[in-house]
Amino acid sequence: MTHLLEIRDLHKRFGETEVLKGVDCDMAKGEVICVIGSSGSGKTTMLRCINMLEEFQGGSIRIDGQEIGYETVGGVRRRKKETEIARQRALTGMAFQQFNLFPHMTALGNVRLGLVKVKKMAKDEARSVAERWLDRVGLLDRKGHYPGQLSGGQQQRVAIARAIAMNPKLMLFDEVTSALDPELVNEVLQVIKDLARDGMSMLIVTHEMRFAFEVSSRVIFMNQGRIGEAGTPREMFVNPKTERLAEFLKTSTFQQAN
Amino acid sequence: MPMDFAFLDQLWLARMPLLRGLGLTVAISALAIAAGTFAGVFVGLALTYGPRPLRWLARGYTDFVRGTPVLVLVLASFYVLSTVGLQLNAFQAGVLALTVFCSSHVGEIVRGALQAIPAGQSEAAKAIGLTFGQTFVYVLVPQAIRQILPTWVNTAAEMVKASTLLSIIGVGELLLATQEVISRTFMSLPFYFFAGALYFAVNYGIERFGRYVDRKTTVPG
Repeated sequence: MTHLLEIRDLHKRFGETEVLKGVDCDMAKGEVICVIGSSGSGKTTMLRCINMLEEFQGGSIRIDGQEIGYETVGGVRRRKKETEIARQRALTGMAFQQFNLFPHMTALGNVRLGLVKVKKMAKDEARSVAERWLDRVGLLDRKGHYPGQLSGGQQQRVAIARAIAMNPKLMLFDEVTSALDPELVNEVLQVIKDLARDGMSMLIVTHEMRFAFEVSSRVIFMNQGRIGEAGTPREMFVNPKTERLAEFLKTSTFQQAN
Repeated sequence: MPMDFAFLDQLWLARMPLLRGLGLTVAISALAIAAGTFAGVFVGLALTYGPRPLRWLARGYTDFVRGTPVLVLVLASFYVLSTVGLQLNAFQAGVLALTVFCSSHVGEIVRGALQAIPAGQSEAAKAIGLTFGQTFVYVLVPQAIRQILPTWVNTAAEMVKASTLLSIIGVGELLLATQEVISRTFMSLPFYFFAGALYFAVNYGIERFGRYVDRKTTVPG
């Protein structure tokens, strides 16, 4: 069976520093995988490679069987054309730590832009799709607001609606609650849990251990550019097999929450 | 005071040449600002996103042009270009020189504005599948405009003032027209004041336009 996402021997360098040292990961459709690990372990970089926000020097990433970003012609590996990469990026949706909403557009405008310009939807159709997703994240009544008029949690929910309205095969979440005030974290996590219930395939980089425990079908622990350990949330959080994971969990918020 | 009436008489007599001069000043400035801004956007793009050789080329161009007095550019495009076979009349040569000058300044302004936009904006645009062109038009430009506007207004006003230098190569713009009237009437002070007021009016118009665009592009919140 082909997986939704197949990462094979992924290598990524920033100059001399090797950040990813051979990552392998398979993900089936409908899975929710949380990626945990200390800062600098490469989890965000891996996520960013999947939609080509970072180039990578070795290995391959496939989504639905399509090789992402690079092709090998006559034994020479080269970057695909920018238009092709743009098209492939639309296979995934991404939500960022800093939200990155377009400040000069309303909430509705933010969600609608990709629908009109990338999906080539008619204006009316795009509007109704955008409104439906704003409604799903509980912000239909804020559709005319600009990002500067919304709270951090609201901005992040709009950003998630913007990504998911594009109907991606896979959603990528990059520490989406890390920039939020504590009291705003839950409203965003709730939105992600709702999406999980709907069967959305999601790869989530997070520091929220309790959330990871509750939402994921599998958890991946990244350590120094490699996958240190992977398993079900119960295996990972209750019976960590490696010293490194046990060590990491001891210092994480999950322990404090218990 | 009879002096004042004499000035008004002379002003009335000179109205057509002065009006033509003003028209020429406005035409030169408008052409140079429009073409210079258009070219400047590409210079700014090359400075910001161009591959290395292009970036160096654009950098050399802006540094060279900005380090050269406008008068030298005007004289060079009128006298030097003809020696390499490019025959321009005084008006064309003057507009070309001002356009080049304007493009280098606008290029630098555009670069600054684009670099001030957080990288997350382009990344978010890429993540929803926008191409670079779409990202530029729908995401970067609207945010850059507000940054560019105040300095662009200054540059545009500089262009109007720099258009006076075209009088040196015999383009009958407002300053030269005024000087011709003065040489006939010997009323230097009132006519120079009058010309000054007209330049002010043109630049005031540009400034109002800038404020109008600023108001139109204000984002709530």
